[in-house]
Amino acid sequence: MGAFLFYLYAIIACGAAIAVVLNQNVVRMAFWLVVSLSSVSFLFFMLDADFVGATQLLIYVGGTVVLLIFGVMLTSSGPYKTIKSSPAELVQSCIIGLAFLALISSTVFSVDWEANERRLAEFEHEAAHIHDHEHGVGHADHHHREDHSVAYGYNAEKEGNTTRSLGTALLGVRFDKDLGTTGHHGEAKLSTGYLLPFEIVSVHLLVVLIGAAYLARAKRRVEIQDA
Amino acid sequence: MDGISLNLFLGVGALLFVCGVLCMTTKRNAIGVLMGVELVLNGANINLVAFSKYGTLGLDGQIMSLFVIVLAAAEAAVALAIVLSFYNNHRTVDVDQASELNG
Repeated sequence: MGAFLFYLYAIIACGAAIAVVLNQNVVRMAFWLVVSLSSVSFLFFMLDADFVGATQLLIYVGGTVVLLIFGVMLTSSGPYKTIKSSPAELVQSCIIGLAFLALISSTVFSVDWEANERRLAEFEHEAAHIHDHEHGVGHADHHHREDHSVAYGYNAEKEGNTTRSLGTALLGVRFDKDLGTTGHHGEAKLSTGYLLPFEIVSVHLLVVLIGAAYLARAKRRVEIQDA
Repeated sequence: MDGISLNLFLGVGALLFVCGVLCMTTKRNAIGVLMGVELVLNGANINLVAFSKYGTLGLDGQIMSLFVIVLAAAEAAVALAIVLSFYNNHRTVDVDQASELNG
């Protein structure tokens, strides 16, 4: 069932993206963009990222695309609704796009991601051991800690209940990593949170919206010479 | 979700990315170019969330994708304001007409 839903939404997302590229009419492009972004949000739900999926639906489909459609409505008067490219350009871009897609997918599929993850996990394991030996901490304590991190870490949220962890991480507290684990000397472990990027991005959003309102304000129109 | 590997999600992300790049390069309508940017950012987001589930990233990938979504919204607002300003001055949204800086 899960596999069927994945293939369904993946095909819808990819097909709608291709339709965005192939359509010449801006309004139809906006429609296919909505379809593609919604399917991507369902893919996020299938990846157990419920908050990211909901944000995708709210901000992208409900905000950004509506903004784009407003732009289409304000600018697509008469002949500018469809600006056609020549067929030769289309053929060229198709060839280049296929070559680009072949390059990216051959790169992605040639990597054995699971083996990489295993190697990374072993490396971290060995690094922790070396650190323990330097500081004279016994093996038993280390294994004990590892059990805790497995029990209370991110793995506890396999079902996609991520909202609370994301919220606390954006406020600088990492319950998803730190809960039940201790540092090398038995003190409370503190992982990196995202409070500063959160503040930066909020101020950035405020400045950007003020700037956009300033740029798009109603001005007296410049008279066209030959009109 | 059994049988669905990381590679399939990465493939979907790659296809969205390529579609977005093609959209950015071939569309002559400025708003079409913006839609291409949205597609590219979505392809990157799929990769981030997929690595967040299948890799050792944990929640960090999801947080990065949230930042990407917020910055995409900001970018769309500014770009649309620029397009509207261009339309007010030139009465068109054809990016080929924006050639005043041509040497």
